[in-house]
Amino acid sequence: MSMESVISIRDLRVSYKDHEVLKGINLDIYKNKITAIIGPSGCGKSTLLRCLNRMIDLVEGARISGKVLFKGEDIYSPKVDPVRVRFKIGMVFQKPNPFPKSIFENVAFGPRINGYKGDLSALVERSLRWAGLWDEVKDRLGENAYALSGGQQQRLCIARALALEPEVLLLDEPCSALDPVSTMRVEETITHLKERLTIVIVTHNIQQAARVADYTAFLLQGELVEFGETSRMFTVPKDKRTEDFITGRFG
Amino acid sequence: MSPQEESFFPNLEGRKRLDLIFKWIFFSANLVGLLVLLVLAVKIVLDSWGWLDVQFITSFPSRFPEKAGILPAIYGTVYLMIITALFAIPTGIAAAIFLEEYAKKSKFLSLIQINIYNLAGIPSIVYGILGLTVFVRWLNLGRSLLAGGLTMGLLVLPVVIVTAQEAIRAVPESLRHAAYALGATKWQTVRYVVLPSALPGMLTGIILALSRAIGETAPLIPIGALTFIRTIPKSPLDSFTVLPIQIYNWTSRPQDDFRAIAAAGIVVLLAVLICMNSAAIFLRNKYQGRTKEL
Repeated sequence: MSMESVISIRDLRVSYKDHEVLKGINLDIYKNKITAIIGPSGCGKSTLLRCLNRMIDLVEGARISGKVLFKGEDIYSPKVDPVRVRFKIGMVFQKPNPFPKSIFENVAFGPRINGYKGDLSALVERSLRWAGLWDEVKDRLGENAYALSGGQQQRLCIARALALEPEVLLLDEPCSALDPVSTMRVEETITHLKERLTIVIVTHNIQQAARVADYTAFLLQGELVEFGETSRMFTVPKDKRTEDFITGRFG
Repeated sequence: MSPQEESFFPNLEGRKRLDLIFKWIFFSANLVGLLVLLVLAVKIVLDSWGWLDVQFITSFPSRFPEKAGILPAIYGTVYLMIITALFAIPTGIAAAIFLEEYAKKSKFLSLIQINIYNLAGIPSIVYGILGLTVFVRWLNLGRSLLAGGLTMGLLVLPVVIVTAQEAIRAVPESLRHAAYALGATKWQTVRYVVLPSALPGMLTGIILALSRAIGETAPLIPIGALTFIRTIPKSPLDSFTVLPIQIYNWTSRPQDDFRAIAAAGIVVLLAVLICMNSAAIFLRNKYQGRTKEL
C-alpha cells in the first residue's frame, strides 16, 4: 500500500556562515502519521523542523537550498508567503511559550489574527478538548496562562496551534522542559491527534520516539542516516550507527 | 589540628566586620539623598508658609506680592506637558519599534544608535536654540506653546527611544516565535505581543522623560517663555510661561516677599510633578500586574 506524503523534503541544505548544518536531506512525511526526528545534540534536527514551516527564516544568517514540497508545492518558491505556510503548518516549541494573556485569549490568538469567521468560543473549546486540557481549564478560561503548570502550558500551546486547524503540526522537543507525568499527558495528546493531522516531532528522547512515532528519522551530523517504520528501526536497524544510537552507545 | 585548619585561616570575624562596614557605607549613601530632599522640602514649605493659598493658585502674576499668583504658569506647564507627551511618546515608541523590530543590523543602524545616545547628552539650551530656529522661525509657529512643546519633545525623545528599546528587547524572543508560528505578520506580532509586554517598561521611560521636561527652563528661554504672562493660553499658538520659569522670575525680584512666593511656586511645581508621576506609576503597575511572567 502506498502512503500519501504531505511533505517531501528534497536535497535540503542549510548552512550558517561556512558551517553546513543540513547536508542534503531527502525525507517524506506521511499523512496522519507521527514522524519522529531523533539524533544527538547539534545533529540539525531542530533546524530541519524549522525548515518545514519557514521559521528558519527568522534565524539570521541561515542559507537554505533544496526543496520542501508541501502537498506538491515548494514552500521556498518566491511565490509562497511564509506567513501562509505557518498558517497551514503549526508549531509547538521546546519551552512552553504561552502569551501573557488569559487561557482563552491564548487559544483565540491565531484565529483572531487570521480573521476567523465562525464561533470563537466553540473553536477555543474544541481546540482545548483536542489538546486534552478542556476539563482542567473550563472553569478558569479568563485566568492568566502563567497560572498553569508547565505541562498544562505546553498543552495550551498545542491547543493554540490546533485552533488554526493546521494540516501538519511540528513539535520541537515538546517535553524536554516537562516532568515525566506531564510528558505522559502530552504524549497521549499527540497520539490522539494523529487521526486529525500529520505530526512531526523532534525529540532527544529515544524512548519517546519508540512510544509515539509511526516513523522515525535518525539524523547524525546533518545527514539522514536512516528512515523507516519505528517498530522496524528499533528492532532491526539497517545502519550500524543507528543501532549504536538507539542502544545508547552514544548521544 | 585537622588538615583543613592547617591550610586555611578563615578569619570569619574579620570578614563579618567588613560585611557590616559596607552595609553602613551603602546605607549612609542613601541617607545623603534622603536628607537633602528632606532639608529642601522643609525649607521650601517653611518659606512658602502663609503665601500658598487659593488666591495664589487662582491669580495672575502681579508686581504686588499679595496679589501675585501662578495660574498661567500652571496652565502653561500642564499644556506644555500634554504637547510634549503627544509628540515624544508616539514618535519615540515608533522609532524604538523600528530600531528593534524592523531595522536590519548594519553599520548604518549602529550609527543611528550612537547618535541617539549622543542626543540624550546634549545640553538642553542647545535644544532651545534648535527650537527657536526650526519651530519659531522656519515653521513660523511663533513664541507659542506648540513651539515650546515640540522643543521639549525633541529634548526628551532620546530618553523615550532608549528606554522603549530596552523594554522591547526585554520581551522574550519565544513570544515572538509563538506569534509568527501562528501565521502572524510582523505588525501583528509587534501590536499584539511585543507592545503589550513592553508597555510597563516603556511607561517607566515616559515617566523619566516627562519628569525631566517639567523642570526644564533652559530650552524654553530662547523660545520666549520668559515673558510676563497675564493670560491663560487658549490655543497651542498662544504665548505661555511655565512653572520653573515663573519661579525663576520671582527669585530675581528685589523684594523679599517674592522669594516666599517663589517658594510657594516650587511647592506647586513639586505637587504637579508628584501627581504626574503617581499617575504614570499607577498605570505601569496596573499593566505590569497583567503581563507579569512567572
